[in-house]
Parts: sequence; structure tokens; C-alpha cells
Amino acid sequence: MDLLAEISNNLLDGEDERVAELTQAAIDQGLPPKRILDDGLIAGMDIVGQRFKTHEIYLPEVLLAARAMYAGMDRLKPLLLKEGIPSIGTVVLGSVQGDLHDIGKNLVGIMLKGAGFEVIDLGTDVPPERFVETARQHDALVIGMSALLTTTMPAMKNVVDLLNEQGLTGKVKTIIGGAPISADFAREIGADAHGYDAGNAVERVKGLVGR
Amino acid sequence: MSEILTFSTDETRPDRAAVFENQGIPAGAGVTQDVKALYDAALRLLGEVAAPRGMFTEMSKTDFAVVYSGEGRNEPRTPIGDIFGRADDLALFAVTLGERVGREITQRFQSNELALGAMLDSAASAAADKLAELVETRFGEALPADGRGATSTGVLRYSPGYCGWDISGQKKLFEFLHPERIGIALRESFLMEPLKSVSGVLIAGPKEIHDVEMSYPFCDRCDTRGCRERIRALLAE
Repeated sequence: MDLLAEISNNLLDGEDERVAELTQAAIDQGLPPKRILDDGLIAGMDIVGQRFKTHEIYLPEVLLAARAMYAGMDRLKPLLLKEGIPSIGTVVLGSVQGDLHDIGKNLVGIMLKGAGFEVIDLGTDVPPERFVETARQHDALVIGMSALLTTTMPAMKNVVDLLNEQGLTGKVKTIIGGAPISADFAREIGADAHGYDAGNAVERVKGLVGR
Repeated sequence: MSEILTFSTDETRPDRAAVFENQGIPAGAGVTQDVKALYDAALRLLGEVAAPRGMFTEMSKTDFAVVYSGEGRNEPRTPIGDIFGRADDLALFAVTLGERVGREITQRFQSNELALGAMLDSAASAAADKLAELVETRFGEALPADGRGATSTGVLRYSPGYCGWDISGQKKLFEFLHPERIGIALRESFLMEPLKSVSGVLIAGPKEIHDVEMSYPFCDRCDTRGCRERIRALLAE
């Protein structure tokens, strides 16, 4: 089997140590790091995303695969940095102020990393100012916000309004998600996109950055 | 009536179905051996680090009206607002699994054990719910058996952040209840520390008072079905 396909397959099975070994083998064989990333690790995570979308697998399997991807990335990242290969873009993620629910948000972060984005995860209970400041500091293209509670949804509008006040609307796009969030609500508060699940969120973020 | 309660980790051991539901795994879905092993490991860990404690303090409707008004940010019409006036007894409550649980979850994520960290998080959430249910039961049992504690009485819990009760309601709830006594602190954003804690009001009264029509404006946006399930279970008792 092709080495890169083998990386993908082992990633699907969550075999982190094997993925690390195979990634190292691909590096030792002189394969370009970007190719190992795209056709090995990201290709594997793409399949994970598809299977998750069609409910063939669930959160635990995605997270086991993600750990395998990180194991491969640990070997690859120094080479990617050395060659100056940029990520697709930076996404700042967090659960909004007053909300501590983060499983969905964590999953979006993992799948965005799997798709080649740089992700800055601010965690839970994130004040609007912190989202905007971090996006500005890191030249982020997208801010992703999550809320599970209907009572914390208004905090999403505070972030959108703050971006507007600081003249960042359009430069930093916004995507929102979480159980009570709808596309209508996203439109209502002026967010650029709504992700109805983790896989969809990744597709929408790619769309926002023109990929 | 006011009690501080300690429970064993066996009593708060969450059901597998509840943990898997928190993981987004539907009831009846086949799971792999890897997932089963993760679940077992998460429960083992939870048993080692959880220190379940709870408390409740009975209060008058007049006092609860003050607590419930909170910072004035509730939805105009809410189930609690419609129910508590018809209750026989009210009590504020808080429960926590203790600070070690949150630390363990964070540590698992930091050491890249994502799947185990997430499973532990889901198990802890389910355990915290079960703990709240235990305190709800203890309050029901503490009511006098004649009249207020009669079999037609139903006790249900409601929490700030849900059902139109704004999360800022935690401020007054903490001022009256003092959950600090069981190790729970309130952050500026009204979230509790440790995170795996639950607080709210226990409303006791004729079961039918809880059977409200879920037609409040915010119900359309809410995907949390716990309230409906709890009401159904109470009415079926």
C-alpha cells in the first residue's frame, strides 16, 4: 500500500503511534512535507469528517483520529515551518461569555486543524473583547463562536458589534454554532455564517476564506 | 429546612446511555470496543477524582420571588414564573463533583488524550445531573408525608441559564444559598467554579403544576429536551 494511504488508514483507526512512525518514514523517504500533510493526514481527516457527517462514526472515534493526526503533525510541523508553508488561515474559537459548554466547539477546532487551519482556542466563557483582540493580534480570518444556552446567545451579537465598531467587519468573518443557533439567528445578528454541525462548520469556514 | 449532603461516587455513577448521549451517540447505536474501553476508563477516573456534595435550603415564595427576579434580565414570561406561585414548597439547591474533576479533564486535553478527556467530560456532566437528581429526591423525602409530601406531590428542579431564567440569576441565588459552603464559587460571568456543578430551585407541589405548555418564545430556539423528559417522567410516576 502507498505510504500516504497507509497514514490515512491508520489515522482513521486512531493508531497514533503508527501514524507517527509512518509520517517519519515518509519524511525519511524524502516525500515533500506538504504532500504528506495533504495526501496523508488531511486526506485521512477528510474521510473522518465524511464518516462523522453520515453518522458512521461518532465523537470518540473522531477524537481518536485527531490524536493520531496530532502525532503525525508533531513530526511534520518543524519541516513545514522550516519550508515556510503557511496554514490556510487562522481561526479564533471559543464558547461565548456565560457559556461553559465546549464539546461541539472542541470538535470544530479539531476538525479545522485537520483541514489545515491554525486554530486558537480561547476555551469557554470568553468575553467579546478577548475574541476581537485575539483575532487582531493573530491576523485571524475567522472568529468561531459557540453557545449551548439560549440565554448566552446574545453574547454572539456583542462580538459581531465589536468587530463592526473596530472596523473589522469583512476583514474578520464570523461563524456561529451550537444547539440553539439557527441560520436565521446568524442573519439576524449579522454573523457571516452558521455551522449546523462540526463538519458543516469546517465547510462554511473554508467557504468564508475562499477555499 | 436546610441540609448539606455528601454522596458516594457509586451513587452518582452515570448511566451509559446518558454519557453516550452527551457524546452525540444515539441510543441503540453500535459502538466499537475502543469506545467501550474509553467509557470504562472515564468512569474509573471519575470514581477516583469526584467528591460529590450537595445542599438545599428551603425558602418562602416571597424570598424566592426576590431571588428569581435576579438582575432583571429574565424573559418576560417563563415556566418558573408561571409555576412557583402554585408550589407548596421551594428550596434553592447546589451540587458539585468537586474541583479535581475539572482539573483531570483539562489535564487529559492538554496531554492530547482528547477522546478520554471528552468522555470524562461527558461522564462528569451526566454524573452532575444525577447528583442534582439525588438532591431533588432527598428534598422530596424530607417533606412531611402528610399533605406536602404526599404522593401527588412532584418535585422538579430548574436552573439559571435555562427556561428563560437568565444566567445572571446566579448572583442572588448565591447570596441566599451560599454554595461556598460546599466549595462552589461564582465567577464574574455567573458561571460556577468547579465547572461540574449545578444550582437552581427545587419546586414541590401538585405534579400537574409542572405540566406547562412548552410554547414560550425561547422554546423554539432551545434544543435541550431535558425539561420535557423530566416532566414526562414525573407525571408518569
